[in-house]
Amino acid sequence: MDFTLSKEHEMARTLFREFAEKEVKPLAVEVDETEEFPRATVEKMAKAGFMGIPIPKEYGGQGCDVLTYAMCVEELAKVCGTTAVIVSAHTSLCCDPILTYGTEEQKQKYLPDLASGKKIGAFGLTEPGAGTDAQGQQTKAVLEGDEWVLNGSKIFITNGKEADVYVIFAITGVVEKRGRMTKEISAFIVEKGTPGFTFGTKEKKMGIRGSSTYELIFTDCRIPKENMLGQQGKGFGIAMHTLDGGRIGIAAQALGIGEGALERTIAYVQERKQFGRAIGAFQNTQFQLADMATKAQAAQYMVYKAACTKDQYTKDHKTSYNVEAAMAKLYAAEMAMEVTTKAVQLHGGYGYTREYEVERMMRDAKITEIYEGTSEVQRMVISANLLK
Amino acid sequence: MKVVVCVKQVPDTKGGVKFNPDGTLDRAAMLTIMNPDDKAGLEAALRLKDQYGAEVTVVTMGLPKAEEVLREAMAMGADKGILVTDRVLGGADTWATSQTLAGALRNLDYDLIITGRQAIDGDTAQVGPQISEHLGIPVISYAQKIEIEGDSVVVERQYDDRYHVLKAKMPCLITALAELNEPRYMTPGGIFDAYKAEITTWGRADLKDVEDSNLGLKGSPTQIARASDKVRKGKGEKVTLDPSESVEYIMNKLKEKHVI
Repeated sequence: MDFTLSKEHEMARTLFREFAEKEVKPLAVEVDETEEFPRATVEKMAKAGFMGIPIPKEYGGQGCDVLTYAMCVEELAKVCGTTAVIVSAHTSLCCDPILTYGTEEQKQKYLPDLASGKKIGAFGLTEPGAGTDAQGQQTKAVLEGDEWVLNGSKIFITNGKEADVYVIFAITGVVEKRGRMTKEISAFIVEKGTPGFTFGTKEKKMGIRGSSTYELIFTDCRIPKENMLGQQGKGFGIAMHTLDGGRIGIAAQALGIGEGALERTIAYVQERKQFGRAIGAFQNTQFQLADMATKAQAAQYMVYKAACTKDQYTKDHKTSYNVEAAMAKLYAAEMAMEVTTKAVQLHGGYGYTREYEVERMMRDAKITEIYEGTSEVQRMVISANLLK
Repeated sequence: MKVVVCVKQVPDTKGGVKFNPDGTLDRAAMLTIMNPDDKAGLEAALRLKDQYGAEVTVVTMGLPKAEEVLREAMAMGADKGILVTDRVLGGADTWATSQTLAGALRNLDYDLIITGRQAIDGDTAQVGPQISEHLGIPVISYAQKIEIEGDSVVVERQYDDRYHVLKAKMPCLITALAELNEPRYMTPGGIFDAYKAEITTWGRADLKDVEDSNLGLKGSPTQIARASDKVRKGKGEKVTLDPSESVEYIMNKLKEKHVI
């Protein structure tokens, strides 16, 4: 077992850090305040290849491993949670299922533009009545001639209005499964601009406020038959497998948010004086920092382990990584929440103001315990594996 | 079209500076970056590659560790990397460095050689022009804009208050300013490719038409008497005075320090 990163990964981290510090950090406050999608930053990331890191070169990607991708999301999240999730949702939830389940034609058609960042991707599974209970879908797709006709809506969709390509799930029928009638779910690729595909309200969120979170509405939206992703009726499996990968991205985001808050707190406690001493000289501060750093380090190992396990899957198509991904996301998200809360506490009254970035980080951290499977869902995944 | 870019790995000024007992920099012990002027020169070369399909080769002279700067250049898009490294080349001043680089460049085909104007560790701005002198080709220094016109290059040479437009037949050498452009980032895939690529390593024996007497510390006419890190300034004095008193106070201080 070797815990050292390769020279390539070290250099990649240097690149991500330099980019994050120079291009992303200066805008983080503004992105949060204005709730505007950082389009210019996405264009810069596209130019630097960040929108297609784990996509093979033959489809216009960078051909790197999942670990490199996770490190990119981590470094972006250290300075801006919004920017990190844009990359994560685009890569893990749109590029990845097209790469994994798409036909050669679909891959050739969609991946080069997505991987180069010319187009942005999104994923639509959640509905008002189908959150953790993803089977509770209402959106329907009916085949009429050579077209699928979609009706229904999706909510809380990251990159919602800014994306160009959407992976959408809908009911395509009812099938008997172990003596019970269950919904048959299928996946589709839907392009922005398709007649009948519109946007509903923009969510006003607690954190990651610059990410474009929208409702997607489908009203007799006709898409070509060949835009079904994977086999008919296999949509639920596609969604679950996609989310297994997505959780590594979100775990990396949570990791970065926690690490970013820790970095700022270490700097702050050495400057802030009370009772004639820097507050870092007090043992309470030191012990808090020690706990924060230990948990952040543990989270990093878990995220990197999950990423490397998914890399193994990419090579052999056998290795399972869903438990590693669930554990990494569960732990990293709870670490991010705990570390950012402690960071605000150590900043005292200033930490509660928007003048200090830990306030934003604490708000950004919360979502990592909720989206792409709540912490409770992660516990279900982990325990189901223990008791199978 | 073939472009060769000379780059240097320099101490990252954000990190500490360390010295060898002989006064030269202890490069192995410091955090390093690609010299900013050189990076702009590389970016200029990569733009020529984008525009005209030029082949870009990067050359550096340094410790084996300087290989990193070549990998970085290749991760940005350079095609080949050549590391010139040999113990006998150590401790070189600008003269010995330019002799070494010229000796390496004589092995290569080139239309254009681009170097940075100067390195942030030595700040001499001598190596580029010296190389052109050794190779007997024209030099245009302080380039703020580079364009190709047939078999010539048209360069805007920067001055404090104006610029000159110069045209030179290739092959020629250009020294680039950091202001020339905004260098691109490496790409993640480029980094992995760069580490898979082979770096050509040349030693003393590979240098063409160079005398031993012009190489290394012994071949360097400049000897460093003493070198030191920036002396940290103290906290200074803080006084609270009325405007009229403060003028007198400042004037006295300036006289005391012989500034006026």
